[in-house]
Amino acid sequence: MSIILDHVNYVYEAGTAMEFAALKDVSLTINEGEFIGLIGHTGSGKSTLVQHLNGLLVPTGGNIYYNGKDIHDKEYNKKELRSRVGLVFQYPEHQLFEIDVFSDVCFGPKNLGLDRKEVELRAYAALKQVGIEDEYFYQSPFDLSGGQKRRVAIAGVLAMKPDVLVLDEPTAGLDPKGRDEILDQIAGLREETGMTVILVSHSMEDVARYVGRIIVMNRGQVMFDDVPRAVFRHYRELEEVGLAAPQVTYIMQALRKSGLDVDTDLTTIEEAREEILRAVGK
Amino acid sequence: MEIIEAKDLVFEYIRRDEEGNVEGITCALDHVSLDVKQGDFVAILGHNGSGKSTFAKHINAILYPTEGTVWVDGKDTSREENLWEIRQEAGMVFQNPDNQIIGQVVEEDVGFGPENLGVPTKEIWERVEESLKAVGMYEFRKHSPNKLSGGQKQRVSIAGVIAMHPKCIVLDEPTAMLDPNGRKEVIRAVRALNDVEEITIILITHYMEEIIYANKVFVMERGKIAMEGTPREIFSRVEELKALRLDVPQVTLLSHELRKSGLAIPEGILTCEELVEALGHVARG
Ligand SMILES: Nc1ncnc2c1ncn2[C@@H]1O[C@H](COP(=O)(O)OP(=O)(O)OP(=O)(O)O)[C@@H](O)[C@H]1O
Ligand SMILES: Nc1ncnc2c1ncn2[C@@H]1O[C@H](COP(=O)(O)OP(=O)(O)OP(=O)(O)O)[C@@H](O)[C@H]1O
Ligand SMILES: [Mg+2]
Ligand SMILES: [Mg+2]
Repeated sequence: MSIILDHVNYVYEAGTAMEFAALKDVSLTINEGEFIGLIGHTGSGKSTLVQHLNGLLVPTGGNIYYNGKDIHDKEYNKKELRSRVGLVFQYPEHQLFEIDVFSDVCFGPKNLGLDRKEVELRAYAALKQVGIEDEYFYQSPFDLSGGQKRRVAIAGVLAMKPDVLVLDEPTAGLDPKGRDEILDQIAGLREETGMTVILVSHSMEDVARYVGRIIVMNRGQVMFDDVPRAVFRHYRELEEVGLAAPQVTYIMQALRKSGLDVDTDLTTIEEAREEILRAVGK
Repeated sequence: MEIIEAKDLVFEYIRRDEEGNVEGITCALDHVSLDVKQGDFVAILGHNGSGKSTFAKHINAILYPTEGTVWVDGKDTSREENLWEIRQEAGMVFQNPDNQIIGQVVEEDVGFGPENLGVPTKEIWERVEESLKAVGMYEFRKHSPNKLSGGQKQRVSIAGVIAMHPKCIVLDEPTAMLDPNGRKEVIRAVRALNDVEEITIILITHYMEEIIYANKVFVMERGKIAMEGTPREIFSRVEELKALRLDVPQVTLLSHELRKSGLAIPEGILTCEELVEALGHVARG
């Protein structure tokens, strides 16, 4: 599996007074099995970009290739693409529509043409994966709390068992434990199945903890594309575009300034703990 | 002086099927009693489904108690004659900004509230300007809100509430969709409203860092209040919070981990400066 974006441009409402270039000459290669974090200020084009990956938005310039095939060729099977590249929307309300939670999660796999038993098994497993208890299965998805809705939306996409899982701010609105649980689940699934994961997030801490590669968007363009440690080394430039380094990085910097001889290039609590213990000689 | 008072508040959602028969009942608030003083900055934490939004909707009379009473500025929210005043005094920012933006142009949207209150035109424009500047959206004043990204919309809805000059603002996860900078700006704006204008703030969030400046924190669990105290008191109880599906700020967690590893660091560290100081003591022996 690979996805290639080749000089992709996207302009909203071209030719009107509201014309807006949301993606400007974006070229990227996404390889099988990668865990990618997509970060960027609000309005930088993240949601626009990810909606190109499953063909929902059609670039106004440039091409997108899935396994070497141009997804906007006339012969290309778009429906197949949508089942391979699963997208969880930023606002779960845009994704939920069935009369109850269970039917909602069944919708995707049912559309794949699977038999009923398989559909239901997958839906059940997916709902368990995101931590939705049985008592909610036959309630309307609209009668759930914000965080519960988001879990159901994620389950709906997991149940399709996509090759590429794209999550647009999946942890916004989840409680801290739920956030860790869902990201752990997804990291685990990826290990198990070799699935590719693209995580759009505003949490620098989550991104630092889970992904192997970070793509930074700034005003519709790719600003950095590297491993987390290398990207967060540019924390001053990141701050200028609305972002930040993980909090741990700032803590390490403050410690160093106070005279403690520590490495400041760290991004997670575990790393910081080890480093501080070393520095104070414990 | 209490701006919000809830006494033995119970709220049940009644779910009905198509024929209107009762299918089930969810008890979302289970005998909640709490007071908020005028000028307080109160934070509410709690797991998904713990009842935070349901409680918030009682403050501006979108929901009424099944049992018990809620008073806003001394007015019983279940009495219809109080509705107008309560909605004016208690502004609300919801989780999803899509449902609260109505104007075709950003500045128009922000001006709606004060216009409805009968504020003179000149003052409306002053309020619009000041509110949009407070959330860093002034340069977008001529844009269409529908075309903004999620984070930008959220800031416009906050400006819309600020423009009403309410006594109390309830913010239900206002920063859930914002980038780190936007989050900081909003929290800074909210703190300034509290400090300078003495507007009472009720902030619901899943970001633990955002509430270290609150003067009171309530933690909810399954419709009940499970913990209450200052941020330092609450965040000193790391393991209890984790059991309630919550967390502590990163610096608090790191300090807690260091303490568990044998360093003499107090619980409840809330800022980077405090950790630097505590480690200074450790390093000097
Ligand atoms: N339907 C639309 N018409 C015109 N402009 C749009 C439309 N949707 C988005 N935009 C604009 O395109 C830009 C990119 O939006 P996008 O939603 O991709 O940003 P984002 O990085 O996902 O932001 P956020 O972090 O807030 O979700 C923004 O400036 C936004 O205002
Ligand atoms: N419209 C509704 N109809 C029926 N039940 C509801 C409705 N809205 C919420 N509930 C239920 O009431 C309980 C409390 O929900 P509430 O939205 O207050 O939680 P919350 O603490 O705000 O959660 P979150 O952090 O996910 O936003 C949950 O069990 C939820 O499923
Ligand atoms: Mg987005
Ligand atoms: Mg809620």
